[in-house]
Amino acid sequence: MTNISSNAVSAEREGPLVPEAPQAPGPKAKPAWRSLNFGPRMWVSIGMIVAIAALAFIGPLFYPYGPDQKVGGLYDSPTPEHILGTENFGYDVLAVLMASTRNSLINGLLAGTLATVIGVLIGILAGYVGGWIEEALMGITNIVLAIPAIVILILISMSLQSTDIPFLKGIVGLALVIGITSWPWTARAVRAQASSVGTREHIDVAKLSGARTGGILIFDVLPYLASYVVMAWVLQLASAILAESTLSMLGLGPSGTNSLGMQLHWALAFQAVATGAWWAFLPPTIVLTLISFALLYLQSSLDEVFNPRLRRGKKKNLAKAAERRADAARKLAEQIEGRQEVSA
Amino acid sequence: MSEPMDSGTPVLAASHVTKQFRVAGGHLTAVDDVSVEFHAGKVLAVVGESGSGKSTLARMLLRLMPVTSGTITYQGKDVTHIKGGELRSYWRDVQAVFQDPFASFNQFFTVGHTLRRGMGAEKLSEATLDALIETCLGYVGLKPGDAVHKYPHQLSGGQRQRVMIARALMMNPKVLLADEATSMLDASLRVSALNVLQDLRENLGLTVLFITHDIGQACYLADEVVVMEHGLVVERGVTDEVIFNPKHAYTKRLLSDVPDLKGSLKVRED
Repeated sequence: MTNISSNAVSAEREGPLVPEAPQAPGPKAKPAWRSLNFGPRMWVSIGMIVAIAALAFIGPLFYPYGPDQKVGGLYDSPTPEHILGTENFGYDVLAVLMASTRNSLINGLLAGTLATVIGVLIGILAGYVGGWIEEALMGITNIVLAIPAIVILILISMSLQSTDIPFLKGIVGLALVIGITSWPWTARAVRAQASSVGTREHIDVAKLSGARTGGILIFDVLPYLASYVVMAWVLQLASAILAESTLSMLGLGPSGTNSLGMQLHWALAFQAVATGAWWAFLPPTIVLTLISFALLYLQSSLDEVFNPRLRRGKKKNLAKAAERRADAARKLAEQIEGRQEVSA
Repeated sequence: MSEPMDSGTPVLAASHVTKQFRVAGGHLTAVDDVSVEFHAGKVLAVVGESGSGKSTLARMLLRLMPVTSGTITYQGKDVTHIKGGELRSYWRDVQAVFQDPFASFNQFFTVGHTLRRGMGAEKLSEATLDALIETCLGYVGLKPGDAVHKYPHQLSGGQRQRVMIARALMMNPKVLLADEATSMLDASLRVSALNVLQDLRENLGLTVLFITHDIGQACYLADEVVVMEHGLVVERGVTDEVIFNPKHAYTKRLLSDVPDLKGSLKVRED
């Protein structure tokens, strides 16, 4: 095959793609994740989530009491041995709290992931394919949105309690219910994004390269939505944990399972507030608040990571850069003045 | 509507093609009853200002956009409504280079991945693929080797556009549509990209549809020129005839906007 000389010449003018002469090693390149420019808010939220996860998953390994171990009577006050006292059944509150936090986190992960997966699948298909498929999928989404989610959640939760399938009676069943009812917002948001990405030129290039619809969705559309999907997933985690707590507090949670909502339910049922047994309802309330706050804070800090316009410290960095430029200009002026004096 | 200018069998042809878009309160006709033909080894330029319908025509020819009415034929076969495998096979023969050399890339893929992507169905050996990549990059004056490991953001605008042309060449196409392929490049890179297209036509016998708003570039490259205004073909003919003897007022205006075009062409001939 012929090589084209005129283009080789113009390519030389434009500069080679690869430097021909070996270059001196520059400063070590930053790893890819560092270019994400995590801000302090991100680290605070990650720290909080790690601490809560440690309480839920590592704490029970070192704590001497189990959540099903009766250690006292009804609402025994905190003591050095049981630092959060006992709850209505005489179980150690801290042991129950750790088990409840673990279950609530697992529930949030399952439900949030399920809602995100359904929402992304429906949204990406509707947004990219368009036409009657989009209208049908968005029609279904709008119908699900129009039905009050809490009513559906209560109805399905009640029916799950009377089911013979033990798997559905537990925390997994509740997670499925929450996941199946909370995907529409994600679907709508992803549809809008996918619709926009679908009109970009690289999609046309992918088609011309022979890529099939599935391949285009996975390799050409989804990566462009990744930041958006991650943020939606974090929000879904928070709302799933809160939904589980709401249902459990109303007494519709999985029977015989510890969860933050169930702790609050029993505390209310056994008059903890009226009797001043704050250790029964305050710890699960605080943990629930911390989980929600950490996840919402993480979502908002992720927004900063993925959207450079929202990055904090930009003004500070610009001011520093201006200061550096002013310093350099001052030094240059001094050098010129020095030369002028010498020549004079 | 004038009839197409060449009576030989065209490689690709659009016959009485119309495209209407739904807008609030009615329809907007972007392309109105246009017929064009592409003959093997020729460069046909479609010229017109923004909104004249030239890119819409290109997208219909590429089957990236459905036609409202009319037919598109490739090698005598009606391809207006083909789908699936047939459409993919059509895209092997009819390739395109688009306006924005950055937006054309999937930014998550390396150059090598972008080039190899179209060859997935071919089941070629690694060695054959590497040789093909080397050849196609060579066509556009790029050095292979480490280039294939680079991401789009690591290339200059001109290099990206060259890689996009190389990507199209990987498919061994019969027809190449260049839709404003030089408009986002600076002046020196523009000439280099035009030379690439010129050389491809001369060395590979590629049929090229060159879409541009710059009649000067069209005249530099094309054998035949089609002038579009408001979705209509207002003038067509061999390049010299359109430049030296324009008939339509719009063509005259486009030519008057190009400083000393005739002089430049004379220099080129010398």
